Amino acid sequence: MTLLAAAALALFVSIVLLLIRLFIGPTLYDRVLAVNSVGTKIVVLLALVGFLMGRPDFLDIALLYALINFVTTIAILKFFRYRSFQVSLIKPEAEQNGEAQ
Amino acid sequence: MEFLNDILAALASSGWRQIVGGVLCLIGGLSTIIAGVGVLRFPDFYTRLHAASVTDTLGALTLLVGMAFLAPGFLIVFKLALIGLFMTLTSPVSSHAIANAAYTAGLEPLIGRFTGKKIEEEGEA
Amino acid sequence: MLYVLGLATALTLLWLGMSGLFEPVVLSLGAISIVITLILSVRLGLKDREASPYHRIVAFILYTPYLISEIIKANFTVIKAVLKPDLDIHPTLVKVKTTCRSDLAKVIFANSITLTPGTVTVRVDDDSMLVHGLFEDGAQPEAFEDMDRRASLAGDGRSKSKPAPKAKPTEAPASETEATS
Repeated sequence: MTLLAAAALALFVSIVLLLIRLFIGPTLYDRVLAVNSVGTKIVVLLALVGFLMGRPDFLDIALLYALINFVTTIAILKFFRYRSFQVSLIKPEAEQNGEAQ
Repeated sequence: MEFLNDILAALASSGWRQIVGGVLCLIGGLSTIIAGVGVLRFPDFYTRLHAASVTDTLGALTLLVGMAFLAPGFLIVFKLALIGLFMTLTSPVSSHAIANAAYTAGLEPLIGRFTGKKIEEEGEA
Repeated sequence: MLYVLGLATALTLLWLGMSGLFEPVVLSLGAISIVITLILSVRLGLKDREASPYHRIVAFILYTPYLISEIIKANFTVIKAVLKPDLDIHPTLVKVKTTCRSDLAKVIFANSITLTPGTVTVRVDDDSMLVHGLFEDGAQPEAFEDMDRRASLAGDGRSKSKPAPKAKPTEAPASETEATS
């Protein structure tokens, strides 16, 4: 149990480090990356807290959070790319990108 | 050094599952701290992405395996395996989505050797 | 029909694993939910060979130990680079040719590249991928040939490792120098 508490503390420290990157991140994508990574850590932290408190029901919440975290990242990226949610992602894109070659 | 005493006490008192699970959880926690340091230290966005993927793979999966060693019942192991499965399926997709969005938006990656504060441009491969 | 049966088995396992209760009320609620999900997925057309690749499960399970060993090896290099006082990294952008044919094999290959720390797939084209690597020597096109062969074996069922992709290693350095400016 002491080792589990130490792991939870390490996750807290890591979340704080990522929050620093979230606030000073120069570009939008750094912030999205920090949000996504914090979400991954929150999932593991939820499961750890469930183990520490002896309540395994926390695992269901962690499972749901893992799925919502993925949808959140995709939704944020889609919004900042098209500035709208009402765009089909299957549409063929004819965009100009700096193709390295 | 109180920490070492705790480890010795755990070795003496409880079974091997507690120790293996606790050590795996500790490795996972340390690797998430290292990934956080990497996200702060690396010079540009694409390199930070590599540091963050250490969290998604080694950190999270080691912690989940460690908790599976500590689990009291089979149902909890099943749920932990499900969380691990979803995480391994979704985390590369979201990493690729972030990288692809940044590349499409025209964010140029740093290319070349990076040591300390300066970048040495290299023409040869 | 086989895919509907497979989906029903997976959903039953999921329900039993998530609830863990074997009372008649809970089991009947689970049966109703599974039937509704099956009807919805049949109406949505999610039961074909592409959406539920059950015939690839064995090959994919054989692929996972290799993937896990690659992930662990790559993790240690990235952790070493993070902890070095002068981060001795060399980011590169290379184009990797792939022999994977089906979409499933390409997904497996691109996700494997992204899942190993140190390499991230940035763009996927028809038969090549743009990969951003943290180290120059770990991100050459030759380094991905083994993973490419195994991924196409897991996704396509056969490894079409003809010498054709090996004839193109000179493209990658050109792409790096182009992106430097």
